[in-house]
This record gives sequence, structure tokens and C-alpha cells, in this order.
Amino acid sequence: MEPRPRSFYVLAAFFALFLAFLYGPTLTIAILSFQGPGGGLTFPMRGVSLHWFADLFEQQAVGDIWGSFRRSFVLGLMVMVTTVVVSVMGGLAFRKRFAGSAVLFYLIITSLVIPSILVSLGVGLIWSQSGLPVHWSTSGFGAQLTWTLPFGLLIMFAVFNRFDKSYEEAARDLGASNWQVVRHVVLPIIAPSLIGVALFGFTLSYDEFARTLLTSGSYNTLPLEIFGMTTNVTTPVLFALGTLTTVFSLLVIAGFLGIAWLMRRRQATKGSDAGKGLV
Amino acid sequence: MLKNRHVSGWLMASPLALVLVVFLIAPILMIVVVSFWGATEWSIYPAFLWDNYEFLLTSEVTYRVFLNTFKYAFITWVFALGIGFTVAYFLAFHVRSLTWQVALFLLCTIPFWTSNIIRMISWIPFLGRNGLANSALISWGVIDEPLEWLLFSDFSVILAFVHLYTLFMVVPIFNTMMRIDKSLIEAAADAGASGWQTLWHVIVPLTKPGIMIGTIFVVTLVMGDFITVRFMSGSQSANVGRMIQNDIGLLQYPSASATAVILLITVLMVIGILLRFVDIRREL
Repeated sequence: MEPRPRSFYVLAAFFALFLAFLYGPTLTIAILSFQGPGGGLTFPMRGVSLHWFADLFEQQAVGDIWGSFRRSFVLGLMVMVTTVVVSVMGGLAFRKRFAGSAVLFYLIITSLVIPSILVSLGVGLIWSQSGLPVHWSTSGFGAQLTWTLPFGLLIMFAVFNRFDKSYEEAARDLGASNWQVVRHVVLPIIAPSLIGVALFGFTLSYDEFARTLLTSGSYNTLPLEIFGMTTNVTTPVLFALGTLTTVFSLLVIAGFLGIAWLMRRRQATKGSDAGKGLV
Repeated sequence: MLKNRHVSGWLMASPLALVLVVFLIAPILMIVVVSFWGATEWSIYPAFLWDNYEFLLTSEVTYRVFLNTFKYAFITWVFALGIGFTVAYFLAFHVRSLTWQVALFLLCTIPFWTSNIIRMISWIPFLGRNGLANSALISWGVIDEPLEWLLFSDFSVILAFVHLYTLFMVVPIFNTMMRIDKSLIEAAADAGASGWQTLWHVIVPLTKPGIMIGTIFVVTLVMGDFITVRFMSGSQSANVGRMIQNDIGLLQYPSASATAVILLITVLMVIGILLRFVDIRREL
């Protein structure tokens, strides 16, 4: 290999700074969440303790954190499953052009770029004017889908644009029905990408704020609860909560990425017996 | 499956279409309708009034707030593009193994899947009056008094925007850069181009679609934001989103809707202009 040019080291340093910029603040509050009982929102650390984490587990110390966590978790799962199913069906539909597919495509893009507060306000108005109870599992659920579905669909479009159609043709030549082709050929091949769609579905819902603000009703989701805390909580308990849910997010991300990696590896080893000399 | 591709296409796309009709088109129509309604202090009533628009478009505050919104969008865009392009360029052309490229790329995208609110809160210990930035600057002797404008100012708002949204620039630019045929760069070098010439005359033009997609993301996210401005400016600055949120807080839904309609038209116009430079469907 040729030696690295000098620009490599300059750019590598820039990249390292960028990572520090991305992760630095989060690491700081992670450290500060271990403040001693007398510590404040900034350095110096006044001792090291789990005091603020313990606070989170005390009944009603700082609002309904665990209730909102449960709601966000359930809502995340609902959005995740819906996003995966709807995106796969949408992705399959868009493989052939159909009347109005261009309009539908631009609607997806609109859904992605529309200011979130419009969705929040509009859905909230429809629900309140028609007398329906505004609730996180109905209006909130739908409002979040307008944010997660475009990501799911863009991933599916990218996947199907690179999809080798000869696998399907081979299956059809062997007499597979349309459903069998989807079930036994297409889905197994795109499965690792579906993990990616699921990751987007869950995490974007779990952290969604703007679209849920006016559509979740009287029971808060976790981000709404945290934002409410920022106005009246001035102790490191805020950081402890932030650290805990960030750790939870990271575990979820690691889980999804791990599954995707395992599936790809399995595909690579078991998907092909080329070169093994078997007849 | 059915023989007719139009019918089968719509059957497969029907859940998607249903969600978009109920939660995207209907809300937009509802906002347009309500923007013509009237409001009392405690309720809103159906009507067909131009009052909301008249008030909005004749108020000097509106123009100032819209100008401020464009200012945030433009400054954030400049920084996000500069940083995003550099990071993507490093990943695509200077990192040599695919494994490392993927690993470092993932490292850039992971924060996107964590909470924006917490990432905003994380700046408090850095930027506050007694925060890390101020104590570091004082101990280095750069300043004597803590800087007051680090937190709850335009500076912190833009810092947070850049922090939250640069990823949206990195991902599409990296994506287009990875598809550039490496032999083109060798050809440029063989033809005697310097590193800068290759960058400017080969890589930048070929990366334009990615830049445009990133630009659409960053500009629309910043223009539609209200929470970052509220939190990072300590309610001292305003953008259009804040204006809408204020009206909502006062239960003035018709006036909030009128502002939202104007915001939507503005954002769509900006996107319309940007889309002239790129064909999104081809770039996926």
C-alpha cells in the first residue's frame, strides 16, 4: 500500500474532533449523573454516588417516569411492527409503477420534510374537533408513523433497487407461486435490512417529541415527561434519567445491529455452497 | 396475485396510503380549514375569515420571525455542510477498509437513534455560566469573566442544530461518495490534477445529489423546529415554530393554523427550488 498522504492525518484529527463533539456532551452528563447528594448540574463533582439514580426509583419523586417509560416502550413496539409491515408492503408495491405511484412517492417525501408541529397540530385538531379522545395509542401512534414510515420506505426502496431479480425468476421457473416467492425467496434475502427498518421504527418512536406533543393526550410518553422535567427539575436527577434512557437506547441499537450482523453472517455462510465441490 | 398491476400495486400500498391520508393529508386540510376559523378567548368556531392571515401578514413581527428562521437555517446549513462533507470525504476516500468505513459510519449515526432532548440537555454542563467551557477559558486566561452568551442565546441554538442535524448531511453525502467510481479519481491524477483539483472538479460535482438531499433535510428540520429554539435560547429567541407553539399554548388554534400554512408553503417552496437540482428517485 502507498503511504498515507498528510491530508489523511489532518482529516483523521477532524473526524476525531467531530466524534468528540457528537459524544462529548452525552458523556459529560453520564459522568455528572454520579454526582454526590450535594452536587449540582455542573462540575465540580461533589463526591461520587448513585444517589440520583436511586431517586428515580422512589415513588412519585419526580413525576410518572416509569409509567411514561412503559408507554413509550409499548408505543415503540407498536410503531416498529407497523413500520416494518407497511414498509415491506409499500416497498413491494413500488417495484412496479402503478397509476398514482408518483403521487404516493411525493407524499412520502412530504411526510418526511413537513414540519413536525403541523402533523401534531393537525392530528390534534381533527381528534378534538370530532370529539375523539386524544390518546398516545391512537392519535399519537398515527402521528409518529408519519415520521417512521418514510425512513422505512426509503430503506426498502434502496434495498429493492439493488435486489437481484434472477433469484425470483429462478424460483418461478421451479414452479413457486407469487406468495411462495415472497415468503421463501424475497423475505429471507431482505431480512437483515428489515432489522434496520425495525431499528428506525422503534428508536424514532421512542425518542419522538414534536409529533407526540399535541397528540398523546393526558398520559405523557417519556420524551414529553423528560421535557416537562427540564422546566422544574434542577438537580442531577435529570442527568441520571438522561443517562439511563440513553443507555437503554444504546442497548436497543446494539441489539438490532447485532442481530443484523448475525443474519448477514448466516446468509454468507449458509446461503451459498459455491466452491465447496458438492454436486 | 391479481393480474392488473395497478390494482395489485394499490392493494400492497393501501396500508401506507391509509396512514398518509388519515395522518398527513387530513391534518393538512384540517389546518387549512381551521386557519379561516374565528377564535374567542376560550373556544374556536367555524367561519370563513381572512382575519388570521391579515393579522399575520401585516404584522412586522411575522417578518422578523421568518427572517430569524431563515437565518438559523442558513447558518446551520453552512456548518452542517462544511462538517458533513469533510467527515464523509474522510470516510469515503481516506479510510481504506470497508469494515472500518462501516464501523466509523455507524459511530456517526448512532446518536441519531438516541433522544434529541437529552442531547440538548447535555449542553448545559458545557455552556452554563459555571460550565466547562467558561471554566476552561478562565483557567487558560483567555477571559476574566464568564461569557454569558454561551447558553440561552443564538449561539447555543445554532450549536445544538449543528450537533443534532449534521448527521443528515453526512449520510447522503457519504452514500453518493461511495458510489463514485474510483477509477475516475485515478484518471484525474493521471491527467495531472492536484488533490484540490480532483476534489473540486471531480468529487464535488459528483457528490451534488447527496449534498442536495442533505440540504433538504437540514433546512426543513431547522425551519420546522420549535423545541430546540425554545430550549437552547431559554425562550429568548423566536422562530416560526415557536410562534405556532405560542398560539397553541394560548388556545388560538386558527391563528396557529394560519402561521402553519404560511410555514408549510415556505418550506415547500424552498424544497421545490432544491429539487430542481436533484432527482430523488434516481438517488436511492
